[in-house]
Amino acid sequence: MAEAATKKSLWARHAFFEKNSIWLLLGILLVVAIGGLVEIVPLFYLKSTIEKVSGVRPWTPLELAGRNIYVREGCYNCHSQMIRPLRDEVERYGHYSLAAESMYDRPFQWGSKRTGPDLARVGNKYSDEWQRQHLADPRSVVPGSIMPGYPFLAQTPLKTYEVADDMKVNAVLGVPYSEAMVAEALADLRAQASPDADADGLIERYPGAQQRDFDGNPKVLSEADALIAYLQALGTMVDFKLYDDKANIR
Amino acid sequence: MTQLHSSAGEGHGSGATEPGVDQSGKKMTFGEGGLAFIFAVLTLSCLTVAAKTHDAAYAFHAYLSAFASLAAVFVILNRYTDRPAALPALEIDGKPNYNFGPVKFATLAAMFWGIAGFLVGVVIAFQLAFPWLNLDLPWTAFGRLRPLHTSAVIFAFGGNVLIGTSFYVVQRTSRARLAGYLAPWFVVLGYNFFIVIAGTGYLLGITQSKEYAEPEWYADLWLTVVWVTYLLVFLATLWRRREPHIYVANWFYLAFIVTIAMLHLGNNAAIPVSVFSPKSYIVWAGVQDAMVQWWYGHNAVGFFLTAGFLAIMYYFIPKRADRPVYSYRLSIIHFWALIFIYIWAGPHHLHYTALPDWAQTLGMTFSIILWMPSWGGMINGLMTLSGAWDKLRTDPVLRMMVVSVAFYGMSTFEGPLMSVKEVNSLSHYTDWTIGHVHSGALGWVAYISFGAIYCLVPWLWQKRELYSLRLVNWHFWISTIGIVFYISAMWVAGILQGLMWRAYTSLGFLEYSFIETVEAMHPFYVIRAVGGVLFLIGGLIMAFNVFMTIRQPEAAEAGTGIANPSLVPAE
Repeated sequence: MAEAATKKSLWARHAFFEKNSIWLLLGILLVVAIGGLVEIVPLFYLKSTIEKVSGVRPWTPLELAGRNIYVREGCYNCHSQMIRPLRDEVERYGHYSLAAESMYDRPFQWGSKRTGPDLARVGNKYSDEWQRQHLADPRSVVPGSIMPGYPFLAQTPLKTYEVADDMKVNAVLGVPYSEAMVAEALADLRAQASPDADADGLIERYPGAQQRDFDGNPKVLSEADALIAYLQALGTMVDFKLYDDKANIR
Repeated sequence: MTQLHSSAGEGHGSGATEPGVDQSGKKMTFGEGGLAFIFAVLTLSCLTVAAKTHDAAYAFHAYLSAFASLAAVFVILNRYTDRPAALPALEIDGKPNYNFGPVKFATLAAMFWGIAGFLVGVVIAFQLAFPWLNLDLPWTAFGRLRPLHTSAVIFAFGGNVLIGTSFYVVQRTSRARLAGYLAPWFVVLGYNFFIVIAGTGYLLGITQSKEYAEPEWYADLWLTVVWVTYLLVFLATLWRRREPHIYVANWFYLAFIVTIAMLHLGNNAAIPVSVFSPKSYIVWAGVQDAMVQWWYGHNAVGFFLTAGFLAIMYYFIPKRADRPVYSYRLSIIHFWALIFIYIWAGPHHLHYTALPDWAQTLGMTFSIILWMPSWGGMINGLMTLSGAWDKLRTDPVLRMMVVSVAFYGMSTFEGPLMSVKEVNSLSHYTDWTIGHVHSGALGWVAYISFGAIYCLVPWLWQKRELYSLRLVNWHFWISTIGIVFYISAMWVAGILQGLMWRAYTSLGFLEYSFIETVEAMHPFYVIRAVGGVLFLIGGLIMAFNVFMTIRQPEAAEAGTGIANPSLVPAE
């Protein structure tokens, strides 16, 4: 306490901030900016976070529409899409998730809670019929499930008027949707959900896209069609027999 | 060394305008005219959007906004016609003419949203135990209700508490009237309108599905306007201060307001599909979006739920205990260390994900360091009671606030523990996290808020004391038991589920299917829901107590904080 009398202690200097609200404001801004900058900015440059992995492609129009239903219903509240490289998770869900696998996801849906299981690799794990029944009445296929039923999805026609615009915005943000993809958005969307349609263009634009009537009801292009198409594509794009996990180590 | 302003005896201006209305030479201010014009334009714009959009839910929001804007025009004009020529004086008889109207509104709004948020929390807790309660309808499914719960308690309840108390504290500690004539009302009402848009949006399926940042682009834009006004009102009030120093609580409020603005803008950067669509796409994708999201998400905890409520601690605990803050120097260290370190801790939400290891380790390291400033703050709050510990026996309001600081200490110890990667590998994705959040949210945030509201209501409505301290006692004990039920159930549930997920049989197979781990949660989900009910009952007791306090005729007398008792009408 004695030093305060002779020379101006550090404590006394703090009065500067206490008397100047603008400097206090600027001080706060500076102090809170540092951590975020250090942790976020490098992620746009580092190889491991911007790696390109063969097989990863943008969502098809139908899958994108399905993803937007996943987003709308808040599925992330109970389902993660991020498999951690831990023994039990890899055995339960499959290969750990790569950054590249969600590189076109806006927003990301990694989630933070597993009230239900991880969905990062749920694609092709169950049949369309199982997915349809499970969405409509989860306890009809998994008696102990506590998931809400979504019977309305199969009865609600999919809104398609915005799909091309959705893709345009994504293209502006850097998702490689070509002009052809945007132009054919509606045709591709319909083709993917109808098993009899000519899908050559669709497959050429979106390699590996699965084409069929996902909700089992050929009369209606429903929200369930889109959501199941999305779920069946989740985690299926990368062929891990060919994936080289050393490729991005520098 | 503390600069806590003089307690109790200070002037307490009336927020109401005086009855004698002198209309001569009245002119509309630029603010009144400009705001009325802006709202008129907004009304027309919203009607245009409502007419042209294909999306029914969005049209509903547009009509709601048009209606609210139109109402704002009428209220502004009506207020102008009714008011005297002179705007409210900054001082009356040398004493600040405090503006407590917006504070009162925010306090009551906090009570309302608190109850609503607790109620939705109870509903979704029961949904997890009894899934048929989801009713198979879009609007009542857990996925839509859970964001409604989190937003209602964090942003609606917590936000109103923060805005209300900050407007109160900045006036009292600056000894100055709140800056702006319409601006404080714009902040309070505009913020609550944001809440309505956000909440109804979730139910109707309008969401970004970014945790704790669910509102879509137009709600985010509106919030930005409101928030910048909030910052300006707060700063301009500080500029009017008649105390040389800015009081420590205001540092925390300022850090909370500024940092939330930064986080909100960074995390919600998005491009709407069109003006006529509620849908937008976030400019960040994948791993970058994840990092930005938890930079935001963790610091919504750090700055909304911590810094802001620490400001409440730094004002209301010394005030209620009638003791100065324990250590001025500790508050300086506490402040700068807390805000610097908190911002780094986000990556601990992304352990073992595709986020690079160095970022995870950095997040973990800073989370552990964060333990120190957190406990520094806790010590500063608790030790403020030195010499006044006996009051805990007699004053349940002070007890509530002190227990809240103790909960703060507990959850800021648990947080760093859970941020350790090895612990996190078990706890992440389980209900342990939910329990941790609620020990902080119920124990710390809600309790310090309850304490502040119990203090504020008699001060604002100029009553001698609360209607009933016994009811405060009941509130305290019932909700404390509720919290204990809640967090202990979630500890057991979380650790059990984490262990079941990684359990192997002697033959090397995973021992449990996922659904078995879900079924094992049932009893704990029931206990948790019961804990939530108890907490809700506590909130209802509080609402009754607050209502009766406001209704009671007895006005406070001189010496309890009222400058001019003759001006106070007995209602």
